[in-house]
Amino acid sequence: MRPPGAALVALAGTAALALVPALAPAYYATLMVPFFAYAIALLGFNLLFGKAGLLSFGHAMFLGLGAYGAAVMAGVLHVHSFEAVLCATMLAAAIVAVPIGFVCVRYTGIFFGMLTLAFGMLFYSFLFKFYYVTGGDSGMRVPRMSILGLDFARYNKIEFLAGPFYYYCLALLVAAGVLMWRIVHSPFGLHLRTVGDNARKAEYLGVHVRRCRLVAFVVSAAFGAAGGAILGFRIGLADPELVYWTQSGQLVFMAVLGGFAHFLGPIIGALAYIVLQDQLQSLTPYWRFVLGAILAVVVIGFPTGLAGLADDLRRRFRRSGA
Amino acid sequence: MTALLETRNVSKSFGPLRALEDVSLRFDAGELVAVVGPNGAGKTTLVNLLTGLLKPTSGEVLFMGRSIAGVGPVKLADRGLARSFQLIAVFPRLTVAETIAAAVVSRQKKRWRLLSRLAADTEVERRVAEVADIFGLRRRLDTVAAALSQGEKKLLDVASAFALDPQVILLDEPTSGVSTADKHGIMTTLIAAGKAAGVKGIVLVEHDMDLVAAYSQRIIALAEGRMLADLPPDKFFADPALIAAVVGKPRGR
Repeated sequence: MRPPGAALVALAGTAALALVPALAPAYYATLMVPFFAYAIALLGFNLLFGKAGLLSFGHAMFLGLGAYGAAVMAGVLHVHSFEAVLCATMLAAAIVAVPIGFVCVRYTGIFFGMLTLAFGMLFYSFLFKFYYVTGGDSGMRVPRMSILGLDFARYNKIEFLAGPFYYYCLALLVAAGVLMWRIVHSPFGLHLRTVGDNARKAEYLGVHVRRCRLVAFVVSAAFGAAGGAILGFRIGLADPELVYWTQSGQLVFMAVLGGFAHFLGPIIGALAYIVLQDQLQSLTPYWRFVLGAILAVVVIGFPTGLAGLADDLRRRFRRSGA
Repeated sequence: MTALLETRNVSKSFGPLRALEDVSLRFDAGELVAVVGPNGAGKTTLVNLLTGLLKPTSGEVLFMGRSIAGVGPVKLADRGLARSFQLIAVFPRLTVAETIAAAVVSRQKKRWRLLSRLAADTEVERRVAEVADIFGLRRRLDTVAAALSQGEKKLLDVASAFALDPQVILLDEPTSGVSTADKHGIMTTLIAAGKAAGVKGIVLVEHDMDLVAAYSQRIIALAEGRMLADLPPDKFFADPALIAAVVGKPRGR
């Protein structure tokens, strides 16, 4: 992938997304808000998976930390500014991720995956069992907050989500994308990629393999919490379902569907998943079956995902054009 | 004078297998020392001990007078000990420039810069170009390692180790898997690169006795985990029994 191409796609994508509230019914604009949330979380997830080669099966834990963090901050502590909530939950997730990551990055492959899954399940059962703190299976309410100091009191919830909040989340995604682009293309990003490719050789080139993995884990946790806070705000509820392992699986699904080897792949995957799920749900109660079949076809037929497929097509098109 | 690299009565066992027994040797500044021996003599075990990958069962390994027990490869690289691998070790998805840059980033202590643009760092870029020039990889800078020839991969492996500006470099069969015609080319490139980079000592682990004869100043022979000889090449090659023990047949037949 050549960087200018990715920048062009990102620019065109942002422009297209900016037009959605103007051109499409409000329903679709509100549908896109979870997409922004998952896309931000996946930017972090893919720093671990796509670059360091560590597949986390417990990333929903950080979505949950974001959503429950927002519920506690806004609902219990009455912090009204979403920016403050966002920063606090990201910081909290990063702090929580240090000891968890410290344990997990000692392992790779399936062992890393299982350990992250185990921590995710621990957090899930904590949310369930400590009913008086967390509300158990009914979750915690996330009250509406101000964005950029503005309340938008005139807007009802749908108008708010399809209007100001939509553009707010789009801007957050762009900012998160730029930030992650910088991280991936920094000296640290290069060292992280050597870790993913050949950790033994990397050590002999002076790469702090475990510390690189840990930093990536912590960064990805913060991105996950940002996504989770948006999801909580969107639903108005921090739901324990957000932390269940199937949510972690969904993140993996999106990354693979979009193509984890590409910078924009997971974002494309998140978009495709959200749209597919919405359309399939309206067509058939067996939508999960169809989604599963699609994933199987992608893994077998297009292991580089939608982004890889687009790359192949573009190359083929160029060759036949020349 | 302190030796650059030294082992004192080092033994290493893997369960019942004694890979090395009571090996004491030293490498001094300005030397190219070859370590030779038949398969199973303990050469690779020795390299892994010398680079801190393995801990000796007994005895001590010292690098510039300090023990390297439990130091680990990353700190050793910082202290100035680099190695290349017998089996080709590259990063398949990284380009030649990125592979060398990874070492340069370590050397210039920029590894925790999370937000600065690597592509805009001319200091790194200049050093990468220098190293690539020395190893004749300049025209391959944007090629991913997986697409290189075997010989080029081998060169890249060594080039990235040189990019650390090490004091001592251990080359574990740098010409294995390379055509006979290319072997001398690679060796002269390596030695010239070592001189250019200010490397003080080169330890060469090698099967090929022609290369050993042509390039080393001292030869350490191992057999069945024991030191057999530590001699200059002329004395070494004057002893047919010794050569037979090392290669299993006299040289040149």
